[in-house]
Amino acid sequence: MIEPVRIGFYVCHCGTNIAGMVDVEAVAKYAAKLPGVAVSRNYKYMCSDPGQELIQQDIKEHGLNRIVVAACSPLLHERTFRTATMKGGLSPFFFQMVNIREHDAWVHTDGAEATRKALALVRAAIKRVPFHKPLEIKRVPIHPDVLIVGGGIAGIHAALTLADGGKKVYLVEREATIGGHMAKFDKTFPTLDCAACILTPKMSQVNAHPNITLWTMSEVAAVSGYVGNYEVTIKRKPRYIVEDLCTGCGECVEACVYREPRFADEFNEGLGKRKPVFMPFPQAVPPIVVIDPGTCRVWTATNGCKKPCVDACGDRKAIDFGQKEELKQIKVGSVIVTTGFKTFDASRLPYYGYGRYSNVYTALEVERLVNASGPTGGEVVTRKGKHPQTVGIVHCIGSRDENTNKWCSRVCCLYSLKLAHLIKEHTGAEVYNFYIDMRTPGKSMEEFYNRIAGEGVHIVRGKVADVFPDPSDPEGDRLLLQAEDTLLGRVLKFPVDMLVLATGLEPQADAQDVRRMLNMSCGTEGFFLERHPKLAPVSTFTDGVFLAGCCQGPKDIPDTVAQAGAAAAEAYSLICRGHVEQEPNTAYVREDDCSGCKSCVPLCPYTAITFVEDTKKAVINEALCKGCGTCVASCPSGSIVQNLFEDEEIYSEIEGILAND
Amino acid sequence: MTDKPWEPRIVAFFCNWCTYTAADLAGVSRMKYAANIRTIRLMCSGRVDPQFIMDAFAKGADGVLIGGCHPGDCHYGEGNYKMLRRYRLLQRMLGDMGIEPDRLRLEWISAAEGDKVKSVINDMVEKVKALGPLDLPGQFQSWDREVMTEAEALAHAGHQEAK
Repeated sequence: MIEPVRIGFYVCHCGTNIAGMVDVEAVAKYAAKLPGVAVSRNYKYMCSDPGQELIQQDIKEHGLNRIVVAACSPLLHERTFRTATMKGGLSPFFFQMVNIREHDAWVHTDGAEATRKALALVRAAIKRVPFHKPLEIKRVPIHPDVLIVGGGIAGIHAALTLADGGKKVYLVEREATIGGHMAKFDKTFPTLDCAACILTPKMSQVNAHPNITLWTMSEVAAVSGYVGNYEVTIKRKPRYIVEDLCTGCGECVEACVYREPRFADEFNEGLGKRKPVFMPFPQAVPPIVVIDPGTCRVWTATNGCKKPCVDACGDRKAIDFGQKEELKQIKVGSVIVTTGFKTFDASRLPYYGYGRYSNVYTALEVERLVNASGPTGGEVVTRKGKHPQTVGIVHCIGSRDENTNKWCSRVCCLYSLKLAHLIKEHTGAEVYNFYIDMRTPGKSMEEFYNRIAGEGVHIVRGKVADVFPDPSDPEGDRLLLQAEDTLLGRVLKFPVDMLVLATGLEPQADAQDVRRMLNMSCGTEGFFLERHPKLAPVSTFTDGVFLAGCCQGPKDIPDTVAQAGAAAAEAYSLICRGHVEQEPNTAYVREDDCSGCKSCVPLCPYTAITFVEDTKKAVINEALCKGCGTCVASCPSGSIVQNLFEDEEIYSEIEGILAND
Repeated sequence: MTDKPWEPRIVAFFCNWCTYTAADLAGVSRMKYAANIRTIRLMCSGRVDPQFIMDAFAKGADGVLIGGCHPGDCHYGEGNYKMLRRYRLLQRMLGDMGIEPDRLRLEWISAAEGDKVKSVINDMVEKVKALGPLDLPGQFQSWDREVMTEAEALAHAGHQEAK
């Protein structure tokens, strides 16, 4: 402690955010009388330039050597005031922040109680701040390479943005091809431009780009390290095709012992068939085949297979049935997570009959049906091969529902309108859209709705309650939808030949594993949580890890691409800075007090603590320490100190909080 | 303010990554909860030294709340498990000392669970209110007095004997 302590105390009104609940003048008056306080002021907006200058001026004029600001959350403005303290000529760590907005004014209803709480919190900070030390900021270099997890449109766009800027990118995709959900779509709303036409050129660019290392059929297996210096293990599943040797000629597919495709084609949502060796779809990237060990006779037949595919491949020797799972180690400075979404499983709502009645489809299945490269060549026919005369589309399947998912999936109203248009265009059928509320926010979206409504699509406000086979149809193909038209106030029965369920968007099934690996947070619905909903929408709580696309929440393609660009820019900015400043909250051992009991050694999750046999003392490697403080709390002799969270600092805080007011 | 009716004072230790952020979220969402809680921010619930808790009780806290990340979600891997172990040991010890279990609470609150911050705090305040003041500082004084009287009595007796 330097003597004598001269504290400058400032309480912020934050307009009326704080001053409306907490009596800020009383707080300032009270603080003025506390020991060590030389200046005590209240000011309208402490984070404003004049507010910060006030601190700097006071430091000089009044010879202050400690600063306490009572305002909002330190997670928001600690950095601002540390900088102001530093500009005033003090160590930035001679500062302590008191949260009287998020933790006080905004959550309490009684002004007197809120003020009393503010006094206690202020007292704690004023008691704490004399113990602060002028710590040094650590600078850590940033590795310039970036890992992007997920090769949908978000991952593709982020990868190209960074790679075009000259940065090396690893793009890791779980499936055999990049493209994600967008590759399966036929047209995109509101412009109705063809999804493949705008996506596939970007996919080929990824494949050809010298700065992008593309690993498909790969997953992130483990992540260690910290911002600027992540070490990542990538698991590469066997494709049974040597990527560099395969030319994508497809002769092996022709030669396969299965003369006809007979296995459900994943890319076509099971509506089409493929062979065990197949190209995921014509424009797949990388443009090479893949062998599915689950259906290939080499594994499934007891007497094996003659492997005509290998003969067909001939000298190229691209087929390798001996391929094993591979682990790759890479070093990157930042990670962009673009793992996307999965669609709601419509069979969870049995009353819509998905999986039970063959004429009930999910929207994604219909995307494939209307697609010219889909299983029917773009012909909209039911599973029995009939052309539907009437089609029902039900919005909000697994969205805005207390029993399934509470959130609005944001894209379903618009893609349902799009599908209505496409089905009408392809078949001339009468299309009925059943909606709860028509949600068409965003540029040109309402206009799109009006356009589709004007095309003669029947738009019915009401939720379909039940679906059952029409008893009057001898073949049992037609379905009856029972729905209340809430605008007419009548319950109606609609006969349809085809029912489309507009399934909502959900977090990926293994989103939690990804979250744990990268130390991110999730919202209650399971989407990854951004650092700040408005001001840090693509950052996470882990420095150097960024988000884009639907893994953060449902959104359409324009928003996804915008986010991907933003995430790339964040990563780019980090790389260009070249280094990060790290919070000096690491721990160290006071050797004189260490008894050499070793109890701290196994506690450290980062193996930062070693026991030195010569001196019989524990030593903490500062470079490895992340500053959790677990060892500090468990040292029996109290010989470990955590910077910024020293025992004295916390005890004085406790004392301040509980002192009688 | 001493003439006001008794209100419990609860010291909270919240980890920076989950519970403190959740409390910020509760604030931003303008959720309302009892004003009896005073929060100290730590990087991890693993930093909570049992002595902090004892010290808070000794200095007049009526309850202590610790908030950490959910198991498996700790920003530092496993600091919350370390806290859980200490918590279990400490609960037993506090029981022996006559401090009711409801006065010390450990909760896992993720960064997204602003509503849990609210419900946990309100619930704890209600429970501690029902228990009444702990007033360890007052207890200490009365124990001190007891010891002093006893010591005086002993000294007096010794004095008499010496006579």
